[in-house]
Amino acid sequence: MLKIRQPIYDEIRRHGEETYPYECCGALLGRVEGDTRTVSGSVRCRNTRTDSASDRYEIDPVEAVRIQRDARTRGLDIIGFYHSHPDHPAQWSATDLAEAHWFGCSYVITSVEKGKAALTNSFELTGTDENNKKLADEKIEVISK
Amino acid sequence: MPQIQIPSPLRQYSGKQASVEVPAKTVGEALDGLVSQHPELKRHLYTDEGKLRAFVNVYVNDEDMRYLQKEATKLQDGDTISIVPSIAGGY
Ligand SMILES: [Zn+2]
Repeated sequence: MLKIRQPIYDEIRRHGEETYPYECCGALLGRVEGDTRTVSGSVRCRNTRTDSASDRYEIDPVEAVRIQRDARTRGLDIIGFYHSHPDHPAQWSATDLAEAHWFGCSYVITSVEKGKAALTNSFELTGTDENNKKLADEKIEVISK
Repeated sequence: MPQIQIPSPLRQYSGKQASVEVPAKTVGEALDGLVSQHPELKRHLYTDEGKLRAFVNVYVNDEDMRYLQKEATKLQDGDTISIVPSIAGGY
């Protein structure tokens, strides 16, 4: 399960509206306890796939290096990533699965329809290696305040 | 000693450690030292042919080792190596 405070949830959805018709992307920081990932912050990233930004995203690894380093100095970790699907459902694609390598992390997808954020779904990358990985549905609990 | 930052998905194979210190003068020595300390990491970082997996990025501080001298890149005291799997997708 992914627990996320309302302002962060709103922010990642807004990010997808702002970059529409292109995909947005970013990292989710927080802590993991058992099967629950609790998000305490999000970081916007640049989509480096400028060649095909309406249907692809990629985060510059150096951004991930910096985010990982900064998170750790605050006692946090990268616990997931988010991106948007402009005018496509909030479901993972074959490309999303093939390119997912952060096991035990959440991949959050927001569908943005005609510029407005619609559904937001989360999937945990499960499995033990590249050969048996899956993006499994996971519940999002939005915490108000 | 150089420090290697382990990303969250690989920490289950590094004894839950977020960073591992390895005595090494080059990036190659550091990675070899890491997998000898934590052999379970090996198949997640390397292909069966022993090549670093294409989606595994290795950074020395803020530089991609592929644009330095790769495994031969020399390390200074206080250098941090970060292992970061790639993050991408689409629909
Ligand atoms: Zn996608």
